Amino acid sequence: MSFLPRSPWILHYDASSCNGCDIEVLACLSPLYDVERFGIVNTGNPKHADVLVITGGINEQNREVVRNIYDQMPDPKVVVAVGICACTGGVFRECYNVVGGIDCILPVDVYVPGCAARPESIIDGIVRALAILGEKRKLLETKRTKEQGGEDTAPGGRK
Amino acid sequence: MDVLLAVLFVVLAPVIGGLVAGIDRKVTARMQGRVGPPLLQPFYDVAKLFEKEQILVTPSQNFYITAYLVFIVVSGALFFAGGDLLLVIFAFTLAHIFLVLGAYSAYSPYSFIGAERELIQIIAYEPMIIISAVGMYMVTRSFYVADIMAAKVPLISYLPGVFVGFLMVLTIKLRKSPFDLSTSHHAHQEIVKGVTTEFSGPMLGRVEIAHWYENVFLLGFIYLFFAANPPVAILVVAIVYFLEILVDNTYARVTWQLTLKSAWIIAGLMGLANLGILYYLSEVLHV
Repeated sequence: MSFLPRSPWILHYDASSCNGCDIEVLACLSPLYDVERFGIVNTGNPKHADVLVITGGINEQNREVVRNIYDQMPDPKVVVAVGICACTGGVFRECYNVVGGIDCILPVDVYVPGCAARPESIIDGIVRALAILGEKRKLLETKRTKEQGGEDTAPGGRK
Repeated sequence: MDVLLAVLFVVLAPVIGGLVAGIDRKVTARMQGRVGPPLLQPFYDVAKLFEKEQILVTPSQNFYITAYLVFIVVSGALFFAGGDLLLVIFAFTLAHIFLVLGAYSAYSPYSFIGAERELIQIIAYEPMIIISAVGMYMVTRSFYVADIMAAKVPLISYLPGVFVGFLMVLTIKLRKSPFDLSTSHHAHQEIVKGVTTEFSGPMLGRVEIAHWYENVFLLGFIYLFFAANPPVAILVVAIVYFLEILVDNTYARVTWQLTLKSAWIIAGLMGLANLGILYYLSEVLHV
């Protein structure tokens, strides 16, 4: 049995959001929506996080930062793009400094559209991401057993 | 030495500690007008951490964190076996030194700040814990937990000041606001996660389990003050933990200077004054 979907710790990163989606993400943590019911905890540390929630689009300044944060997260992990800017770049996609949506540089698992995205749809997106998280865990396990072949006994060691 | 109790501690403390942590989160949520996570959430969290990939910043981390867990378990087991209280405190301090070394072994500014703050916290609470042990010795004439447990008189009637001082450092030890400087279980993110910043996956899980052991040991220490009357002692332990949660939810984090100052002032005023009066009563007045 996998415990990953029961205890997702999210890391929220504001790529270049107008702050509209950010406050909606934070609203999810407030007493009204209370995402801690699902075991969701907002952490500030990529090394503790399972779900990367990104608001805003990618621009030339932050593409390295986002990539770096993603690389620091231990597997299995999922990426949730919140808001239309994170999905496609939104109205800013034609700007000279904007690269586009998060999927330009990271594999995005769940898109949550909206401007700003509603807390209900953010929670829905994260809950959908949890199912993907469970699947990724299974994939990782089968890959690990294949790789090991009964020889390598260091589970979880980064190759 | 009661070996059975020590074995029981090693087996049951993670279960009790995890449940206490679950109740803590539930009560905290209710205080904030939320529903809160399921009671077993801390177990889910730790089980999940053991499912995650382990990223080692330096291999020595692994050793230090395992040593931290082992020494916490050893000190707790010694305590519940009725061993020497001073040895228990030394093993307990050593465990935290290992945690600090673990944080220092990774080259990260957040981890370093966490390690420094952890050291300051150790400096802050250590005098009060020693004073508690000395106070218990002065009443029962023994440093052995078994003898202190067997004392017919309730220790609290001789050591009210020491008890209040111990409650003060308990807030530091349980990593609760206003003294959650080095790391906390809440989203205080200005130092990211302090000492545990560089630990991930199974290693963070070990830190969490060590914290459960530690909490049970500390609640056992509270029990010792009321050991003459077990039902009252259990009630007091429950009330104390509830008060800690209340304080946690109503106070903002303070600076490390204030933590150090207030801990030492309380230790000096309540602890040393209590010991002084006790000495005066027993040696001078021969009561």
